[in-house]
Amino acid sequence: MSQTTIKQLADRLASGKTSSVELCQDYLARIQAGNPKLNAFITVDAERTLAEARAADARRAANNAGPLTGVPIAHKDIFCAEGWLTTCGSKMLANFVSPYDAHVIGQFKAAGMPCLGKTNMDEFAMGSSTETSYYGPTRNPWDSARVPGGSSGGSAAAVAARITPAATGTDTGGSIRQPAALCGITGLKPTYGVVSRYGMIAFASSLDQGGPMATTAEDCALLLNVMAGFDARDSTSLEREKEDYTRDLARPLAGLRIGLPKEFFGAGLSGDTAIAVEAAIEQFKKLGAVIVEVSLPNSGLSVAAYYVIAPAEASSNLSRFDGVRYGYRTPDYGDLTEMYEKSRAEGFGAEVKRRIMIGTYVLSHGYYDAYYLQAQKLRRLIAQDFAAAYRQCDVILGPTAPTTAFKLGEKADDPVEMYLSDIYTIAVNLAGLPGMSLPCGLDGQGLPIGLQLIGDYFSEARMLNVAHQYQLATDWHQRTPGGF
Amino acid sequence: MQWETVIGLEVHTQLTTKSKIFSGASTAFGAEPNSQACGIDVALPGVLPVLNRGAVECAIRFGLAIGGKLNRVNVFDRKNYFYPDLPKGYQISQFETPIVEGGALTIQVGDREKTIRLTRAHLEEDAGKSLHEGFHGMTGIDLNRAGTPLLEIVSEPDMGSATEAVAYAKALHGLVTWIGTCDGNMQEGSFRCDANVSVRRPGEPLGTRREIKNLNSFRFLEQAINYEVRWQIGEIEDGRAIQQATVLFDSDSGETRMMRTKEDAHDYRYFPDPDLLPVKLDEDWIEQVRATMPELPQARRARYQTEFGLSAYDAGALTGSHVLSDYFEAVVASLPKADPKLVANWVMGELSAALNKAELGLAESPITAIMLTKLLGRIQDGTLSGKLAKQVFEVMWTEGGEPDAIIAAKGLKQMSDSGEVERIIDEVLAANAKSVEEFRAGKDKAFNALVGQVMKATKGKANPAQVNDLLRAKLTG
Repeated sequence: MSQTTIKQLADRLASGKTSSVELCQDYLARIQAGNPKLNAFITVDAERTLAEARAADARRAANNAGPLTGVPIAHKDIFCAEGWLTTCGSKMLANFVSPYDAHVIGQFKAAGMPCLGKTNMDEFAMGSSTETSYYGPTRNPWDSARVPGGSSGGSAAAVAARITPAATGTDTGGSIRQPAALCGITGLKPTYGVVSRYGMIAFASSLDQGGPMATTAEDCALLLNVMAGFDARDSTSLEREKEDYTRDLARPLAGLRIGLPKEFFGAGLSGDTAIAVEAAIEQFKKLGAVIVEVSLPNSGLSVAAYYVIAPAEASSNLSRFDGVRYGYRTPDYGDLTEMYEKSRAEGFGAEVKRRIMIGTYVLSHGYYDAYYLQAQKLRRLIAQDFAAAYRQCDVILGPTAPTTAFKLGEKADDPVEMYLSDIYTIAVNLAGLPGMSLPCGLDGQGLPIGLQLIGDYFSEARMLNVAHQYQLATDWHQRTPGGF
Repeated sequence: MQWETVIGLEVHTQLTTKSKIFSGASTAFGAEPNSQACGIDVALPGVLPVLNRGAVECAIRFGLAIGGKLNRVNVFDRKNYFYPDLPKGYQISQFETPIVEGGALTIQVGDREKTIRLTRAHLEEDAGKSLHEGFHGMTGIDLNRAGTPLLEIVSEPDMGSATEAVAYAKALHGLVTWIGTCDGNMQEGSFRCDANVSVRRPGEPLGTRREIKNLNSFRFLEQAINYEVRWQIGEIEDGRAIQQATVLFDSDSGETRMMRTKEDAHDYRYFPDPDLLPVKLDEDWIEQVRATMPELPQARRARYQTEFGLSAYDAGALTGSHVLSDYFEAVVASLPKADPKLVANWVMGELSAALNKAELGLAESPITAIMLTKLLGRIQDGTLSGKLAKQVFEVMWTEGGEPDAIIAAKGLKQMSDSGEVERIIDEVLAANAKSVEEFRAGKDKAFNALVGQVMKATKGKANPAQVNDLLRAKLTG
C-alpha cells in the first residue's frame, strides 16, 4: 500500500525520480487489480491516459511543467471530458461520448494532469450510497459489504484504496463530504461559485459545486488551486482574484475560534462518531483553539428544504434527456409521446424518477408557493443562522455523517432514511458555504469516521489550514483499508 | 344586434444581435440546418447559458422608445415543456418580472389618432424548427433558430377592429425597425403576431377570448381577425358559448381552426432559472443606451407638420420607416431652395409608385436621394416642367444616369427662349383663327385649347406658365 500524496508525487516528478508515464502505468495496474473488488470506475482507458502522460512528460522535458504536471487524477463521471464516455451513472448516457471538456477538466488538462478514468457515482448524483448507479454499486474498500457513501462514492473509494492519488467530486447535499467520511479520506466542497459548473452535468444548479477528494488537506489545497477560478461560461462563477489555497497551511491554530453547533450533537449521532468528534475537539484545544457553542436553529429544516429545491431544479435540468438528440432512446415507439415516455422510463432509474416526480409536483401550479417559495425562505433563514454563528467563531466543526458506512441494501428501500445520511451536510449547500470532511477516527468495526469543518464564504484557505494542522498532529488520514 | 370587438396583440420580435441570447452561435437566417447550433443550443449535458448583453440593450431601447418602465432587476424564468425542437425541455423567458412594463404606442386610423397601451415586453429565447417534409415519416429538427433572442411585446386589449390591430402592428413594426432592435422581416419570422380576440355587446364585461397564433403578415392578421370575429358572433347568436382556446389561421381557407382548449393547456412550472443570476440595469447603462437613441417617429411626425407644414397624413406616411424618413430628409436638406412639400409629393408619388410596381424596398431604389435632389433642383431652376421631370425620372429609373445628362441627351430641356416661344405662338394663332375668335367672344375654354396647341407644337418643352403669359398678352394686348 502506497502512502503517496500528490505533493510527494509532484516532488518525485520534479526531481526526475519518476515520469508521468511510470506513475500512470503504476496506478493503471492498481486499478486493474483493485477495481474488480470496488467497481469504483465506470471507464478506464489506458491508451488515453498514457497519451496524456507522455504529453505531460514532454512538457516537463521542455521545461514547461506546472507544479502538478504529470500527476494523475481520476474524475467523477459527472464531468464532461472530450472523447471520454461521460455517463453520469445513468443508462440514459450509456452511449454519450462528450464532444467537449468541462471547465474543471480543462483546468486539469492545462495543469498537465492525466486522467486515470471516470469514477462511479449515484445516477445523476442522486443518492448517498452509489447504489443508484446504472453501472452497479461501488463497494467500500474498508468493508466490501458496505457502501462508500455517495454520490461521489467511486472517487472516494478509489482514493481510499489508493488506486488513484486523488479524484474530483461534486457536492449538492454532501456528495463529496459524506463519501469522504465513509471512506476515510479528505474532501472539500468549495463556496458556491468558486469552481465553475460548466460541463458538470447539472443535478441542482443552485447547490452543485465541484471539489477535490484526496488523502490530505494539503493535497486538496493543491488541487483546489487547479480547479478554482472565474469562468465566463458559468454565470454563477464568481469573479475574484486568483487565490493560493496553500498559503495558510502552516499557520498555527492558537486563538482559532471553533464553533460547535449544539444541533449537531444531539440524538441521532452514533456513539462512536460522537466519541471520535469529541476526541478531535480535544486535539484542537491542544493546538490552541478556543471552543465556542453556537446555534443553527433552522438546520433541522434543511433536509426538508433541500428535498423541495433540489428535486425542483433537477426535474427541469433533466428534461433535456428526452431521447431526441443524444443519449438513450427507446427502440420501440409509436409516436412522439410514447418515445418520450418510454425513453425516460427506461433510461432513468427509480431514484431519479422519484426526484423528477417530486420536483415536478412542487413546481406545479397551485403548489409552487407552498413548497418552492417556502423552501427558498427556509434557505435564507439557514444562511442567516450561519452568518450569526460566524460572528462568534471562525470555523464550525461537527460530524460529517450520523453513522459510519452502512451495508449495501440497508437503506436502499427507505429513501427518507437514506436522505437523513446527509443531515449534517445539506445546510452547507443551502447556504452556499464551503465545507470539508477529514478522517478523525475508526469505529468499533474499524470503519472510518469523518469530521466536518464548515467555513464562512471564501474561507477555504483557512479551513484547509485547520485541517492540515490537525493532520500534522494526527494520523487518521494515513490509515488505509487492507487488501489494496 | 350591436357587437364590440376587443383585440390585444402579442408580438414576437426577433432582436438584431449577431449571436444568440444565451450562446455565441450566429443568428443569421438561412444557414444549413443545425450549422448554427452550438453545444449550448443543442443542450448538451453540462452546458450553461450566458446572457447576451446586446439583447438586454435592445429591450432597453424598446422600453425607452415606448415610454415604459424598465425593471431594474431582471430575473429569467424557466418555462418547462417537452417538444422536440425545444432542446433543454424548457424555454428561458421572463415570467414574473418583464424587463419592460407599461408604455404606449400611438397609431393612426384613417385621420384619427389612437393610443394603444402596452402591458409588458419580456426577453426570451426562440425554439428550433420541426421539419415535417422529406424525412419519410420522421421529423427533422433544425436548431439554428433555437436560442435566437426575442422580445415579446404584449399590448392591452385596446384595439376595436382588425383595421386598428393592423395599424398597431404596422406602427410597432415601424418602431422596432426604426430603433434597430428588429429587422422586421416577416417572411423570415422576425416579426410574428398572436392576436387575442373576443366580442361583447356594448357595455358588457369582456367576452371569452380565443388566441390566434403565429400570424406572419399584416394581411393574414386582418383576415384572421375578421374571420374570427364573424365566427364568434355567429356562435353566440346561435346560442353557443365561446370556449377559451388557441387557434391557428389557415391562409388557404381563410378560416381559423382550433389547436387546443384551455383544458389541455400546459402547466409550465415556471421558476427562476438558477443558472442565471438576476440582471441589474443600472442608470449608467440605461443612459448610455438613451444616448444612442434616434429621433423617434412620433417626434419626427410632429416636426414635419410644424416645421415643414406637411399634413398629418403626409407626415405619418413619411415616418412609416426610418429609411423612408431619412431619404426624405436628405433630399429636403440638400435642395437649393427649401420646398418640403415638393419633395413629399415626389417621394410619396413617383418614387413610391415606381418602387411598389417593381416590388423594391427604398434601400434598393435605383434612384438615390442625391439623384432625386438633382432632378428636383432642375424643377426649381425652371429647366424642367413637372411633366418633363417625370419623363426624366422615367429614364433615370429604367436606364439610370444623371438628370442633366438625360436632359441633354434626350433634349428634354424646357424652352426658355421667349422669342422662339413667341414665334410658335404666332404660328398657332394664325392656324387656329376659329379658336381665337371664340376666345374673344368670351369662351375661356378656347384659351386652354390654344395653350394645348402651343405645348403640342413645342413637344411639351415650353414652360406652361410662360406660354400662358405670352398667349394672354398677345390675345388681349
